[in-house]
Amino acid sequence: MRRLAALCLLVAPLAGCSGPPLGYLDATSPVAGAIARLGWGLTVISVGVCLIVGLLLIIAIYRRRPDGDLSVTPVNDRTPIRWIGVGVAISTVFLLGSAVWTLVTVHSIGEPPQAGALSIDVIGQEWWWGVKYHSSDPAREFTTANQLVIPVNVPVQINLTSRDVIHSFWVPKLGGKMDMIPSRTNVTWLEADKIGEYRGQCSEFCGLQHANMAFNVKVLSQADFKAWWDHQLQPATGSPDDPRLRTFMVRCAACHTIRGTQAGGILGPDLSHFGSRDSLAADLMPNTPENLRNWINNTQTIKPGAKMPELHMLASETSDVTSYLEGLK
Amino acid sequence: MVTQAETIDSPEGRKLLSLWETAPGLYGWLASVDHKSIGIRYLCTAFFFLIIGGIEALVMRVQLAQPDLKVLSPDAYNQLFSMHGTTMMFLYALPMLSGFSNYLWPLMLGSRDMAFPRLNALSYWVFLLAGIFLYVSFPIGQAPNGGWFAYVPNTSLPYDPGINMDVYALGLIFLGVSTVVGSANFIVTLLRCRAPGMSVNRLPIIVWGTFTASAANLLAVPAVSLACAMLWLDRRYGTHFFEVSGGGQPLLWQHLFWIFGHPWVYALVLPAMGIVSDALPVFCRRPLVGYTLVAISTVATMILGFGVWVHHMFATGLPVMSLSFFSAASFVIAVPSAIGVFCWIATIWTGKLQFKTPFLFFAGFVMLFVIGGVSGFMTASVALDWQLTDSYFIVAHLHYVLLGINVFPVVGGIYYWFPKMSGKMLDERLGRWTFWTMFIGFNVAFFPMHVTGLMGMPRRVYTYPAEMGVGWLNLISSIGAFVFAIGVLLFLINIAKGLKSGAPAGNNPWDAPTLEWATTSPPPVYNFATIPQVASRYPLWEDRLKESDERSIIGDLARDGMVLDKGKETIGVTPLDAEPNVVLKMPGDSILPFLLALGMTALFFGLLAHVIWLTALGVVCEIVILALWLTPKPHVAEEEVEVYE
Repeated sequence: MRRLAALCLLVAPLAGCSGPPLGYLDATSPVAGAIARLGWGLTVISVGVCLIVGLLLIIAIYRRRPDGDLSVTPVNDRTPIRWIGVGVAISTVFLLGSAVWTLVTVHSIGEPPQAGALSIDVIGQEWWWGVKYHSSDPAREFTTANQLVIPVNVPVQINLTSRDVIHSFWVPKLGGKMDMIPSRTNVTWLEADKIGEYRGQCSEFCGLQHANMAFNVKVLSQADFKAWWDHQLQPATGSPDDPRLRTFMVRCAACHTIRGTQAGGILGPDLSHFGSRDSLAADLMPNTPENLRNWINNTQTIKPGAKMPELHMLASETSDVTSYLEGLK
Repeated sequence: MVTQAETIDSPEGRKLLSLWETAPGLYGWLASVDHKSIGIRYLCTAFFFLIIGGIEALVMRVQLAQPDLKVLSPDAYNQLFSMHGTTMMFLYALPMLSGFSNYLWPLMLGSRDMAFPRLNALSYWVFLLAGIFLYVSFPIGQAPNGGWFAYVPNTSLPYDPGINMDVYALGLIFLGVSTVVGSANFIVTLLRCRAPGMSVNRLPIIVWGTFTASAANLLAVPAVSLACAMLWLDRRYGTHFFEVSGGGQPLLWQHLFWIFGHPWVYALVLPAMGIVSDALPVFCRRPLVGYTLVAISTVATMILGFGVWVHHMFATGLPVMSLSFFSAASFVIAVPSAIGVFCWIATIWTGKLQFKTPFLFFAGFVMLFVIGGVSGFMTASVALDWQLTDSYFIVAHLHYVLLGINVFPVVGGIYYWFPKMSGKMLDERLGRWTFWTMFIGFNVAFFPMHVTGLMGMPRRVYTYPAEMGVGWLNLISSIGAFVFAIGVLLFLINIAKGLKSGAPAGNNPWDAPTLEWATTSPPPVYNFATIPQVASRYPLWEDRLKESDERSIIGDLARDGMVLDKGKETIGVTPLDAEPNVVLKMPGDSILPFLLALGMTALFFGLLAHVIWLTALGVVCEIVILALWLTPKPHVAEEEVEVYE
């Protein structure tokens, strides 16, 4: 009964059409799809084993016995031992089968089907993600943060490392985890089947704000992706004498970069084209002027321990910075 | 046949009592080396830590009951989950089983004490003081905060500048002393301190379990002690074992930790599975089906358990070829577990059942073991584990394994052996309530976590956004956790009630077959008036099982049993066949183990606080006490060793 209820519990949330943002049993990529098939297979075997053993246990407990006889009598265990042999043999077959299935799956997803046309570095740091797009043409390389934009149906090579502690890169709907380890570069790859947005999350405990170290992956059509890339290469617009930029230079530029301006800090996320991003503070909240203002003034309340200090800016400074950043489309 | 009670009143009994009795008062309490009091101290202390760790868990469940709650700060949450894991893994799970084994081994094996009684006392005192050491920075909000797994560089000085992880590193080295001396003691005890005739094919399965776990601990614990020493040196003396800027490797920590950690997990469950293998059959009124299979499975699990540690590191980017090997090994390790499960079910199937409380816990254990086992089978698959690892699915899996295979057998085991330890019975009705509350609470708390994990909730997060859609599941888990806690409370009430007004137990209230039930409840300090002579695996059922014509001789002064009353003595036997070959002189009570543990505490506090004089004082104390400990004492003529043959 309990297991039956549990089974319903298991199926109910996964049967919904869109499903939970980090659910990986409804995957939308070749890698996550192969893993999801394996996952469903092993889940069915597992639930089956629980039901069968549970049933055996219940029958063993409740089968009819002569009433009240509790005497210890001589035993002959040849028959039960034979049955144990049968049970172990069946279990072994399933275990070996699952092991083979696993190894075949690992082999099929270990390498992309074609050499990656696109290579992106993702650098984990406390508690956000630096993202660097590579190109054969150095002039077309650029850096962004906390948002990964990729084209649909193209295998993308992701090079993972960390600037401080170990993090782990995980976009459940597109593939499995891969750790980001300082001094090492781990390579994984993604390929999305569907245009849309997917959530990614750090999945290795990395300190105070591990919980809020997320990012999003935006999958665009190949044409849109090219347009997006071209747009990213544009320098920041606006006059260098913009007073709002001056406020930014004084208050923010020690840590943040905006391409095309003097702001070149590298401690915090690159804010070039910040206004075109969907979320802020490592996917903690939607990118709206209200949220940005709140974030600047209450960083340590919203994300306690985050490396960005509270600057106690004047209201006018906050407005300057907010409107300037939101204007960087 | 002369009964045990009559023996106690005999001149021999009185002489043995005067030889073995612990001195009254505080000195006697601190100096006692009696394995039974040490065992009970282990059980009580470990249970106390279980309650502490449980309260930590409840506080975390309040914080996680709904998305975006602010009951705990991220820092407080990190300390709580780190201490919860460290407490449960190190201060509850293994010491609890050591408690059972300390109490039961000499009684089950027909001996008068462990091989090294003073080492046994040392092991307990070090455990207690190391446990306190690990909690010393808790009140000032500086408790270990890097998880029980303490991955570098998150735990290295630049990212964790407080004393938090120094307490962890030094505390685990300190505690490791207890584990290692305890394990060595179990191994030698098994090899030497048994009743004549207690050959290896007659050992109770819990003895197999603890022996296997102890051998593993001797190999595994040095790895974590070494890793902790390296971490501490990196943190405080600028070495570069793990420090990337100096060419160190963060993954080295993970290898060292898990090459310890995975065998450790098996050490936490094998003795508990032994409890079930020994006690479940009593309530089925028949011997365990497949004794040999279960014993071999126990050893096989441990051996394979040394070859699967990398399955904790599937996502670290190691070459796919080596991951595949460890993945396959992790599937294979399920085979011995399957053997155990089928043996227990066959025992129940072919038995005549007695639905007492311990039976409920053991039958519940079988089901939880299977659920925890299949979720382990899913994580063994390297590809699937890339999704499952570090998600709540793993939290569900490890709690099914550790509560299912450790806590349920332990509570069942206490219901089973409490009458032996105290001479009083626990209440059956309250026992049933305890079981059902714990069983339902446990499943309500932890089963939904499988789903929470499949929906993508990562582990070790202090909160989660509402959009993830896992708020309702977390609420169910939190409610279940509190129901489980009520079950534990009922259990404690039952213990208190049993101690106060439990019905008298008699020697053998369950009509069980093993040696510990042949002596009185509670047993006399010398265990057996005469050393038993064992003729079968089930000495107290021989007349009914009729497996052979030989009969064991237990507590029968009339039949020339060995009384061994020329000083504190027990018999030593050959390792395999248990042929008696020497009378072992056992040491008397001594305060030295306690003092040695105190000196060690001074040493570790000195290291923690960088106080040179305290460290030096600790070292000097250790040397002096060890010298005193090892000084040979002349034997009085009467105590000359008699060698048989």
